Amino acid sequence: MQPAVSIDHLVKHFDPAGVGGAWRRALGRPLKDPIVALDAINLHVQRGEVYGIVGSNGSGKSTLARVIATLLLPDSGSVQVFGHDVQREARTVRRFMNRVSVEASFFKKLSPLENLTFTARIYGLPHGEAHQQIFEILKRLDIEAKAIRRPMDQMSRGQQQKVAVARALLTSPVLLILDEPTTGLDPRSKREVQDFVREVRDTHDATVILMTHDMDEAEQLCDRLAVIEKGRILIEDQPSALRREGETLEDAFIRLTGHAVEVDEPDAAADGGGG
Amino acid sequence: MVPLRREVSASYAFVERNFRAVRRYWGWEVVFLFHSIVSALTVAYIAPGGVVVAGQQFDADRLILFLVVGTVVWAYLDSVFDSVAFMVSWERWEGTIESTFMAPIRRVTFIAGSSAFAVLYSFARAVVILVVVALFFNLDLAAANWVGAFAVLAIGSLGLLGIGIMAAALPLLFLERGSQMTVVVQASLLLVSGVYYPVEVLPDWLEWFSVISPATYVLDAMRAAVLDGVTLVDLLPHFGPLMLITVVTMPAGVWVFGWAERYALRHGRLKRSG
Repeated sequence: MQPAVSIDHLVKHFDPAGVGGAWRRALGRPLKDPIVALDAINLHVQRGEVYGIVGSNGSGKSTLARVIATLLLPDSGSVQVFGHDVQREARTVRRFMNRVSVEASFFKKLSPLENLTFTARIYGLPHGEAHQQIFEILKRLDIEAKAIRRPMDQMSRGQQQKVAVARALLTSPVLLILDEPTTGLDPRSKREVQDFVREVRDTHDATVILMTHDMDEAEQLCDRLAVIEKGRILIEDQPSALRREGETLEDAFIRLTGHAVEVDEPDAAADGGGG
Repeated sequence: MVPLRREVSASYAFVERNFRAVRRYWGWEVVFLFHSIVSALTVAYIAPGGVVVAGQQFDADRLILFLVVGTVVWAYLDSVFDSVAFMVSWERWEGTIESTFMAPIRRVTFIAGSSAFAVLYSFARAVVILVVVALFFNLDLAAANWVGAFAVLAIGSLGLLGIGIMAAALPLLFLERGSQMTVVVQASLLLVSGVYYPVEVLPDWLEWFSVISPATYVLDAMRAAVLDGVTLVDLLPHFGPLMLITVVTMPAGVWVFGWAERYALRHGRLKRSG
């Protein structure tokens, strides 16, 4: 069976000089070394799988999420989503994929209903049907009826993140990329978002790629896990297989990477800030 | 036809969303509109003020109309340019740029939707400014050719949209400086386009820039239509340069935007933080 996502020899560097690099080069000035964000990544995610990618800040998780989500072009290698190349067939890939990032990216002065109506329109969903669906999804996510028409900046971050999940679901993606969806949420909101991911896994025919540095979350939600460090996949297996006897997943992570998961690394900015 | 209808509907999504955002930021909208009205009045009062300062009589009414047309048309053109040129910055500021650029729509759909909003929003503002300013002055608009004026505005908007789309691409190349450059372009258009004076009063080297500004031709044609009531047929020669600018800047704008987007996608510059 064709994998949901196939990544082969994916390489991505960032030039710290940006547009100024061309000028510096022309003037013969020294250039900073490029930052290696992804270094020969190979990865295959099966249909219907919840695949976790765990790593510290700056390890390359968000860069990888962005490449799969067609928001970043790779330097070399191939990334295919359901057999479609993310570079050459970006619009086709976008049609059946969605992404929830660490920040709930909305017009914060608009209400959840207004933001989701916008999403429904740009994804070509019939207006009446979408309207009904929006109310159903938001209700399932325990968003109060009165909050649906209020500006999103009056909602908690946890509530905003749930609306972000709702937005992704509204488009019925067969590939859902969750890039640190629970980072910074209070325990209750975190649990609600995680419950919803479980529900998506159990009730929708969707493949989920979860980028996280929360080891408990990774263990609870993922069928398989890859540990990413400095742009390289160190190991990939089922969560239970990554742990040695008596180890937690966090212990296993420290053993594999040599450091705890919360480490902040300087290339986090180039990586998109998320890791 | 279905894909086309879907793209049109997606374009409308940007119009609808942006008008909703305007409604939510209504306090600021009122403040900015008040500022524009006061600016227009301030400029228009230069005409009667000129009579007093110069100490001699001249056709102040014609000068008032000249200035009012300049301020109202500039309020419209500036707003169109502003809304289009900052479409990327706005998405980035709201934090929605990645979700918008990840949507399965053509980029031209995003540009068309943002441009349509820019034209409708700016036109509504300009009408309000004109109506309020007209209450303060005894404007003689009996000879005005409004059909011609509307045609000038419609055709003139296209050329300006092309330049605005190019300016919108700048923040994709330069995260913060891109927006700064856009402001510089906007201010330069104000200087060289003859908004408050005929471009002939500019130094030769500066007057040359007025040739490439679509605003110059819009203002010329608009004054001919409103001040002199020139017929639509007689306005046609004004449309030539505007159409030429549109034919050049519109495809160039879309191409530059696409190129800048590819640059941003390659260098991780879509999002402000990286």
